Amino acid sequence: MPENPTLVQRVLRHQLLWPVLALLVLLLVNVVAKPSFLDVRMQDGHLYGNVIDIMRNSAPVMLVALGMTLVIATRGIDLSVGAIAAIAAAVACTRIIGAGDEAALSTAVMAMTYAIVVCIVLGAWNGLLVSVLGIQPIIATLILMVAGRGISMAITDGQITTVNNPWFSDLASGFVLTLPLAFLVAVGMVVFTALLTRRTALGMLIEAVGINPEASRLAGVRARTIIWTVYGFSGLCAGLAGLVIAANTNSVNANSLGLWIELDAILAVVIGGTSLMGGRFSLAGTFIGALFIATLARTIPNIGIPSEVNYLFKAVVVIAVCLLQSPKARALLRVRRPGAPTLVKAGSPA
Amino acid sequence: MTQMRTQPETVSPPGAETQPVIEMRDISITFGAVRALDGVSVRLFPGEVHALMGENGAGKSTLIKALTGVYTIDSGVITIGGEQHEFHSPAASQAAGISTVYQEVNLVPNLTVAENMLLGREPRRFGSINVREMNRRARRTLLHLGIDIDPRTVLDEHPIAVQQLVAIARAVDVEAKVLILDEPTSSLDADEVEKLFTVMRRLRDEGVAIVFVSHFLDQIYEIADRMTILRNGRLVEERMVADTTQLELVRLMIGRELEVLDRLDRAAPQTDAGSGTPLLKAVGLGRKNTLEATDLELFEGEVVGIAGLLGSGRTELARLLFGADTADSGELAVRSHRRRLRSPRHAIDRNIAFSSEDRKAEGVVGDLTVADNMLLALQASRGWLRPIPQATRTRLVKDYIEALDIRPADPNALMRNLSGGNQQKVLLARWLITEPEILILDEPTRGIDIGAKAQIQAKVAELAAQGLSVVFISAELEEVLRLSDRLVVMRDRRKIHEQTNDDVSVRDVLEIIAGEAREGETRA
Repeated sequence: MPENPTLVQRVLRHQLLWPVLALLVLLLVNVVAKPSFLDVRMQDGHLYGNVIDIMRNSAPVMLVALGMTLVIATRGIDLSVGAIAAIAAAVACTRIIGAGDEAALSTAVMAMTYAIVVCIVLGAWNGLLVSVLGIQPIIATLILMVAGRGISMAITDGQITTVNNPWFSDLASGFVLTLPLAFLVAVGMVVFTALLTRRTALGMLIEAVGINPEASRLAGVRARTIIWTVYGFSGLCAGLAGLVIAANTNSVNANSLGLWIELDAILAVVIGGTSLMGGRFSLAGTFIGALFIATLARTIPNIGIPSEVNYLFKAVVVIAVCLLQSPKARALLRVRRPGAPTLVKAGSPA
Repeated sequence: MTQMRTQPETVSPPGAETQPVIEMRDISITFGAVRALDGVSVRLFPGEVHALMGENGAGKSTLIKALTGVYTIDSGVITIGGEQHEFHSPAASQAAGISTVYQEVNLVPNLTVAENMLLGREPRRFGSINVREMNRRARRTLLHLGIDIDPRTVLDEHPIAVQQLVAIARAVDVEAKVLILDEPTSSLDADEVEKLFTVMRRLRDEGVAIVFVSHFLDQIYEIADRMTILRNGRLVEERMVADTTQLELVRLMIGRELEVLDRLDRAAPQTDAGSGTPLLKAVGLGRKNTLEATDLELFEGEVVGIAGLLGSGRTELARLLFGADTADSGELAVRSHRRRLRSPRHAIDRNIAFSSEDRKAEGVVGDLTVADNMLLALQASRGWLRPIPQATRTRLVKDYIEALDIRPADPNALMRNLSGGNQQKVLLARWLITEPEILILDEPTRGIDIGAKAQIQAKVAELAAQGLSVVFISAELEEVLRLSDRLVVMRDRRKIHEQTNDDVSVRDVLEIIAGEAREGETRA
């Protein structure tokens, strides 16, 4: 290997290579199945088309995956995000209905603020269980995953609650600068999180705690505070996602809202290249991963996969992507050259 | 010790007629742009203990991994018993009669000794494992090596040293022609090392070629017959141990005069022990099942050396002083203010720093860069909202990379890719950057090369001269004596002796430890 890698080599080694490639391949499959897939048209000053739909639909997963990325970086996991999303939606919708003027902007803002605060508290509850009581993250968040559905059912009295507030529904269906507002909110959160973690020392401390908790403790890192912060942040993101989902249908069904979104989010994080072992995380990777999940959902009807096997199809694609990311699988795929020990020597990949 | 010199015929200097069991010729291995091994040749003869010498990064590990099939060689020839071999996997190397015991015991802790020894080769009867036969065979091998333990006991119940012997017994049981021991002694105490050496001598006398890697020169001189010295991936020389003085060896290894290893002369501490107010004062500090009530005083600019064997309480004391563990009895005062240290964070806020003996588990954050590792403690104490300004970061990191001669001198290198000695320097820098008043160093030079060791020692002496107070803990008595103004000796989880270090010799300290033992026996 030469000392100064060429551009091609740098691209080949970049950690975002595989997620981006997977996304491009998926788009290509769609274009082959339906050549007009990528068409975008302008109507009433808004953009329309499959790509725009994918952007809008990716927002909830992207938001949830964002919080999940930081939680996973600390060696944790948050299974309760779907339930928290449902609670956020339930709280916001019942607040809007209960307000004096159901359609007012102030009503929407108040309801959403209230819902978000509740979600941060719920996230902090997870953080308490994990960091102070030392419960394993998967168990600690499983508690709220189960209980959260019950809470949101209780808030909505088990009814599907429908709201009528144009400001609220704009969160999902509105456009700003020709792009869907929901997508812009999600991208805004990605940028905000990137600044929050990389412009302060938060990102480095999160990674340190995730890579070696004991060394971090001995170096004086306040691991508890950091773990609380990431679970609280994950609650916030899940709440935002819940609001977007509810705004999309102007209603909340506590039973089904955000169901399985935790799994999509974890997939998005993993596809984006953040290891479930904790440590280094990639927000850009998560961004691509969420787009991939949303594109995949769009692909299934587009290329005519029968609905009864769509979960199966999804699983197969995800396995394929994960294999592509695994250095071991890639080594097996590679043509064996005699005496080519590069992989053994390089050790585990960065 | 004299016994090993009585059979020079098995030790073949260059040009002798005995055929080497393994010959590696002109071995080269390249990682990316780095030549890890550059035309190195090594010969192993049956019935010898062959020491592989060199600083960290000299290429010892790479050479061993080439021999065990972990790495594939780029060029060169490996000949075994006259036949040319090429290893592409550890299994191939094992099949050729090469067995390796690594520093970290890689056995299964919750299986029995016998199961571990015969794992994968269990004697069978009617398709199921014949436990009785397995235990019998294991016992035979163990007895043969003079290891007196019950093969039916679970491995985990035994101390690390015994586990290491079991690993060797396993290696021997597969009828190894070559046994590679990669730093087997780094976590053993003197008795255990002696046990290991007995086993090694027995195997050598049976004609096994043993490759021995150790950072302890004394051990090399006690056990090894011949040695190959490497430096920066190149072969320096092949030598008979008996014909080489320690000073010569060190010179060959580091390629320059090592004046630092001579006694470090420095100004006496400004404050005499016993007068003035101690910076740190522990009274009856203790913790159940860990450390009996211990008193300790540390004055400004003073180095207190703590000597004692593994498990004597030296590490436990350090951890209590730093709040890594919480004391459940006694008092601690920093600058006459009574403190309860409930966490490392409390200690750091009182300007105390602590470098753990367990570099890998409690120090290194492997996937972060050298710069991040250096700045971790300072950043942690500032809190995440106040990142260290970029200019300060760059300056601090650059300064310390230079001051401590850290290699590679690249702030963005990943910590896990550094050698042990350089990692240790980064960890030292991590604490020095916080500008502590009290620095507790627990085995800061364990398992690192002699050059880095000298640099760290010199730095500690320099810092103490500037007024830093240091608690220095090391298994190597020479090192403790060389650096400390006052000496504390520990044994059986308590302090047994304390004195000013006025030309105390290693022998004196050993006698203190041993004398206490005798006293203990008579009392019992």
